[in-house]
Amino acid sequence: MSGSTTATTGGVDSASPTGTGAASDGRGKGPGFMAGPVGRNLGLVVALAILCIVGVVTAGDRFADVDNVLTILRLAAVIGVVSVGMTFVIIGGGIDLSVGALAALASVWATTLATQQIAEDVHWIVMVFTALVVGGVAGLVNGLVIAYGKLAAFIATLAMLAAARGLAEIIANRRTQIVQDRDFLAFFSGDVLGVPTLVIIFALVAIAGWVLLNRTTFGRRTFAVGGNAEAARLAGIRVQRHTVKLYVLSGITCGIAAVMIMARTTTGSSTHGTLWELDAIAAVVIGGTLLIGGRGTIVGTVLGVLIFTTLGNVFTLNNLSSSAQAVARGVIIVAAVMLQQRLVTGGFSFRRPGAGTSSGGPAATGSPAGAVTGGTGADGGPGGARPGEGTDRPPT
Amino acid sequence: MSAARQRPFRRLSYSAVALIGAGALVTGCTSNTPESSGEGGGGDTNAASSNDEAGDTVTIGFSAPAADHGWMAGITEAARAAAEEYEDVELTVAEGTNDVGTQISQVETFINQGVDAIVLLPFDGAALTPVALQAMEAGIPVINVDREFNSPFAARATILGDNYGMGVSAGTYVCEQVGDNPNAVVAEIAGIDSLPLTQDRSQGFADALDECGLTVANRVAADFTVEGGEEAAANLLQAAPQIDALWNHDDDQGVGVLAAIENAGRDEFVMVGGAGSANAMRAIEAGDSVLQATVIYPHTQAADGIRLARLVAQDKSLSDLVSAEVPRQIVLNAPVVTADNVDQFIDRAFES
Repeated sequence: MSGSTTATTGGVDSASPTGTGAASDGRGKGPGFMAGPVGRNLGLVVALAILCIVGVVTAGDRFADVDNVLTILRLAAVIGVVSVGMTFVIIGGGIDLSVGALAALASVWATTLATQQIAEDVHWIVMVFTALVVGGVAGLVNGLVIAYGKLAAFIATLAMLAAARGLAEIIANRRTQIVQDRDFLAFFSGDVLGVPTLVIIFALVAIAGWVLLNRTTFGRRTFAVGGNAEAARLAGIRVQRHTVKLYVLSGITCGIAAVMIMARTTTGSSTHGTLWELDAIAAVVIGGTLLIGGRGTIVGTVLGVLIFTTLGNVFTLNNLSSSAQAVARGVIIVAAVMLQQRLVTGGFSFRRPGAGTSSGGPAATGSPAGAVTGGTGADGGPGGARPGEGTDRPPT
Repeated sequence: MSAARQRPFRRLSYSAVALIGAGALVTGCTSNTPESSGEGGGGDTNAASSNDEAGDTVTIGFSAPAADHGWMAGITEAARAAAEEYEDVELTVAEGTNDVGTQISQVETFINQGVDAIVLLPFDGAALTPVALQAMEAGIPVINVDREFNSPFAARATILGDNYGMGVSAGTYVCEQVGDNPNAVVAEIAGIDSLPLTQDRSQGFADALDECGLTVANRVAADFTVEGGEEAAANLLQAAPQIDALWNHDDDQGVGVLAAIENAGRDEFVMVGGAGSANAMRAIEAGDSVLQATVIYPHTQAADGIRLARLVAQDKSLSDLVSAEVPRQIVLNAPVVTADNVDQFIDRAFES
């Protein structure tokens, strides 16, 4: 979908200010501040507001109720954490289809009788630790296979999706494993000053993700690697190592999500996380993150997750069928992405000089970001193996 | 050159670290032996005639969908247990699959092996009908379990659970509990909404409620998983601030439903489950949650199928019936399990 824009910015040799100039030429008339990440997120805020108005109008007090809002946030929290990890991977030019399976595996591993026995003897933190380690290690495997095994991310994580869920079924013997530890459940399904612990965890993960993406070298490198892996390599970024880190990060968020789903359902099960990969990708994409990498925001992802969860809630409050809800989801995905394209005045603009210090996004990264706009070199690094790379290449 | 030589080595050391780490975790945490295994197809044999005496050895082929759900796992376990009761039964169990093509090829393999009977729980009844016909034409009796073929010639005998009857049982129980209040709020958490069995269950529930003048006020669909049940229930509880009775179609997803109910701190209603898992029965027995009853959808029907297949292959009849020969169709009852009769059922319940 970005083919036209990337074509105008040229290949590696456009790693100069002219790259950004070409992009703004292609954009035509001068964009307002709507073209920036703020504008894109504003569209999502409007969409969420419309959903909330629909909810208030159709369900009245039941929707506007504090308990209901907390229920929405609690349901959004788990998939939200996964989506934050997914945002990093997608901005970095990859994709992680294995998130749901990793969460299932982590939840099962953390609730086996043996783990629960250790948790009982020591502390429930053992279960949390197990889930995080399982998620992280599986993410590491993903990353190593993709970065050093030179497999396309789509293939490698598809393989992990199948394998991790299979392993979870073997470990759990296809049974639902009940969490016995009362203290674990009390802690994670409790609340602090009325705010559910799960929502607090989601908020912390989202804030940490925002800081990591917008305020650290790690974040800038993620944009660079996703925008143009070859240029990033020439700029001295160790692309392979960075790719591995991205998948480990995603794996760890799956571990966190596993702990949260264990608290929510009081179980570990190999059926947890079914189709999360699609929910997370949908949330990330309507949040304005470019599926081929190089651009995206955490705020957009969080709004995307909230939109989908609120949608489900509004439909249930009105006693509507899940089939109608599925149709609405599809419409929202298309409408949101089209709306964003309109908001950035007719086409995708990757970089805009002087977009200001708005809520993150690539515009704030300054000149190094300009260097990564454009196509991938023919002798590309690991990024060259990712899907969508073909559209990235200049037509010459 | 040196870089090329170094890289595989580095890759190797990375994977070595990963493997060692994984290995440590495997040895540490995966041991998962259940403490008790008190389920199965029925330990006590209820002999009524000479039927249980060993006859000619029969080979039975068994194929069912993947055991990705507690009830479905219980199906295969119970079938194996039923086969082990008889020394004259040799059971060949095909790996459970949700792929229709694979299941068709499994049945074809049974035909080629020349088994004496086939017990088939098809993933999709219509899709497996042609290959079942093929088996019948080859002279191999097919016992159809749970999901019906769409040709009467495709099976020698059919044994079914009663999905509509489940809804009726649940609705009748709800009527008994809250029927005297004409304004009672009844809610329903269904399974996968696109399945015919879910529609049958909901129809039976609605029809039974109609008898005492009630209707379903709030209905949501989940997906037979714990996670789906939790999410559906959390939203449902917000949609209905006050509920008198709730029917949840499936005890596997019921674990999540109960988690959501506990989380919301709600206990003003009576909850009825479905399928009859051991978890649900333990909760009913303990009596400390809203779950007061569950409706059985027998997971032992494939075990019944094995017994029928043996009788058919040995030319015996169902000894408790006066008429000769095994019946064409058997529909199992869907009894309600409450605290009063849970002890009759709990030993045979499946672990979800």
